[in-house]
Amino acid sequence: MFFDLLPSLLTVLALVSVFLYLVPDETIILLLGSKSGAMGIAIAAMVGSIALIPAFIAFPIAKILMVKGVSYPVVAVFITTLIMVGVLTLPIEIKYFGKKAALMRNGLSFFGALIVGLLIGIFL
Amino acid sequence: MIGKNHLKAYFWTILFAIFIIGSLALSFDPGLKIYANFSEFFLEMITFLPLMFLLVGLFDVWIPKEKIEKHIGHGSGIGGTLWVILLATLQAGPLYGAFPVAYILSQKGASVRNIFIYLGVFSAMKIPMLTFEIGFLGLKFSILRTLFSLPIFITIGFIMERYLDKDYKVTT
Repeated sequence: MFFDLLPSLLTVLALVSVFLYLVPDETIILLLGSKSGAMGIAIAAMVGSIALIPAFIAFPIAKILMVKGVSYPVVAVFITTLIMVGVLTLPIEIKYFGKKAALMRNGLSFFGALIVGLLIGIFL
Repeated sequence: MIGKNHLKAYFWTILFAIFIIGSLALSFDPGLKIYANFSEFFLEMITFLPLMFLLVGLFDVWIPKEKIEKHIGHGSGIGGTLWVILLATLQAGPLYGAFPVAYILSQKGASVRNIFIYLGVFSAMKIPMLTFEIGFLGLKFSILRTLFSLPIFITIGFIMERYLDKDYKVTT
């Protein structure tokens, strides 16, 4: 089972490495820090869904965003889509769960993340 | 033996390796930076992944199918959901590490709903990650984000169960 998974894992790791080089932390901060309101949420959701950033790098980025005054819902949507939605890791997910289930899980998680952001906005 | 299928599966890895070797030889700066990123993630992967597969192996050998079916299978109710939440929060690592665990749980008879609740909780509510999040983003934000996420994962579990086939199984 491990050796079936290995090639796709190595491909994802290579993708993450290239992604982080092409889109450094500063770019993410610039993208998410410039807009607020609905536009900010939309950008955060898109960046979070596509970006491949490990949690131990994402939280420090989120902290910088908060310090810069980016609203809590935007940060929450970014973090939640980042950890729950994986557009670039879909090929691996489809291998395990099939196309329908993988697309459904990612789609539902995307909307779920927006709801989390909305609730954070109301309560924080 | 290295067959044609292996070559196909490792196509991108081989291409990436050639790029890295070339970058090292020519001191191509972007390549060196990408290589530094890759080594870091590769180290992360080889430290947590064997543990995940050990867990999968132990599950496979030690926990009989009847137990899984009874506790987190079809008709296990709230108790089953609590079991998968407990299991998921105690783990660590990126989401793709949870796929093999989801596979073995599914093969042993866990319900569709509980499989997807497990994945959701694993992605967003792991305790090791939560402690890290609290350190950076504060207790209030982290706890609220977690509390709001949980009912969403449970809802997603119900929706997945409703729309996937009755005999749906995670495969490899």
